[in-house]
Amino acid sequence: MESKHSYLIVTNNPLAKELIPADYAMDFEPISYREVLVKVRDMVYAGHRLYTHPLSGSIKPNETPYKSIVVSKLPKKMELDEAEIMSNSIVTYDKFPQVFRELPEGVLKDFQLIDYTLLCGALGLDAEAGLSNRNF
Amino acid sequence: MKLELGYIQIRDIQFSKECKVENGTLYVDVDAVKNFIFEEDDVKEWVKDFKFDIAKPGESVRITPVKDVIEPRVKVEGNGGVFPGVINKVDTVGSGKTHVLRGMAVVTAGKIVGFQEGIIDMTGPGAQYTPFSKLNNFVVVCEPKEGYEEHKHEYERAVRLAGLRAATFLGELGRNVTPDETAEFETLGIKEGIEKYPNLPRVAYVHMLQSQGLMHDTYVYGVDAKRSLTTIINPTETMDGAILSGNCVSACDKNTTYHHENNPVVAELFAAHGKTLNYVCNIITNENVYLADKQRSSDWTAKLCRLLDLDGVIVSQEGFGNPDTDLIMNTKKIEMQGVKTTIITDEYAGQDGKSQSLADADPLADAVVTGGNANQVIVLPKLDKVIGMLDYVDIIAGGHAGSLREDGSIEAELQVITGATNEMGFNCMSAR
Repeated sequence: MESKHSYLIVTNNPLAKELIPADYAMDFEPISYREVLVKVRDMVYAGHRLYTHPLSGSIKPNETPYKSIVVSKLPKKMELDEAEIMSNSIVTYDKFPQVFRELPEGVLKDFQLIDYTLLCGALGLDAEAGLSNRNF
Repeated sequence: MKLELGYIQIRDIQFSKECKVENGTLYVDVDAVKNFIFEEDDVKEWVKDFKFDIAKPGESVRITPVKDVIEPRVKVEGNGGVFPGVINKVDTVGSGKTHVLRGMAVVTAGKIVGFQEGIIDMTGPGAQYTPFSKLNNFVVVCEPKEGYEEHKHEYERAVRLAGLRAATFLGELGRNVTPDETAEFETLGIKEGIEKYPNLPRVAYVHMLQSQGLMHDTYVYGVDAKRSLTTIINPTETMDGAILSGNCVSACDKNTTYHHENNPVVAELFAAHGKTLNYVCNIITNENVYLADKQRSSDWTAKLCRLLDLDGVIVSQEGFGNPDTDLIMNTKKIEMQGVKTTIITDEYAGQDGKSQSLADADPLADAVVTGGNANQVIVLPKLDKVIGMLDYVDIIAGGHAGSLREDGSIEAELQVITGATNEMGFNCMSAR
């Protein structure tokens, strides 16, 4: 069974960066949702294990800008089914038309919140506790 | 396990100074409903107020953003009470007698997050895509207290409970009313079923439950489905509200509580039971985010199918993307046990319908029923009245900047309409 010592969180979500405990390894970059998918796909091709589904959440990829995916910290052996899930996720992403719109700050925060809570659920972290410890 | 459902047809809802069901009309004193809802501490904590409205079929009314749709029911004989583990004690339900207020629903509406989804039009082209346009809807619009923004988990729970409590209150009004119609549903023990129907194929329903996290959850007897292993449930338990929706995302293909109470797969399998097949049970499994959970749950589903000596299963899913992987894992592994599968899903095939429909696929998943293409573009004309608010139409899935046009009409994808491409097949789009 994997533990936090084996996880690497790849994310573009500032809320995840802020609230996920520091003992979880994190690769945060302010890149696009698609760039997160491509980055993780390449890592999985290089042998990192894929631990969470890249299309987590029913919010569509052209709707939210945020995505967090958990992979193994270290590369192991490439798993074909995981590589296929990653490739398919990019095909799925690309079939959604790009919707150009300015999202209000409150909506961006909600999208960050959903991504953060899905990530917490996958890692077995208490999302509510993380939020209530926050310094507003 | 045997359950009798007594259907009380509701043809009209009216605000009144008293609460009763009489000659097919539901009379509601909204203050009494409000007081009953506010007895719940979680509601008191986060909900400032409720506004109530009624939307009838054919009226020029748009309800949005819709959170849940619930059919009021009440247990009049037998063990437990409706919505066990949440509203009533966690006693096993699914036997005895239950009264159903048919032809109506409680609809919860109001903002939770800024991209809150779901439209129910009571007339016009939009009404043709949602089964809820045919019901008399008692709409509960929730208004949060100040500061709820930082406690959306708790507020979501409060709104979920508010809807269930409103439905419980209204369902209770049917307790002493003589039903217009009754129907009986019975599930036999494994051995009993084999002995009674030795020559009929043994069929079960693999019911996949959305279980990814905040606003993507389903509850079974009050338990968050993501924390459960794949298990077996009597189909009649679902008719008493054993499975509840906590899902607010992806309006077109989320399974509302109404869908769980009126699951069309359960209805069809019961209709065929003892004639063309032996309906064995429901297998409930989840749709978690963590890949090892997916593997464990789908392995378990396949094991149960083999253990139950099934000949075939119907598999239904809920949601988009991540659940496609669970759907295919389940289907592939069940087929590899020698059990035939048919899956029910919907499609995200692009606005032109030419793209691959699902995020995952396998040659063993070769019997598929679709609920329609959620990317299909529709135009909804302006309606006279909005219950709720139109603030989010430009932001929600399937909408875009400018979706809400100056003349009040909406151009968007079918995704915006509650229940339009339901993946249990409870919708208006499939061919028969």
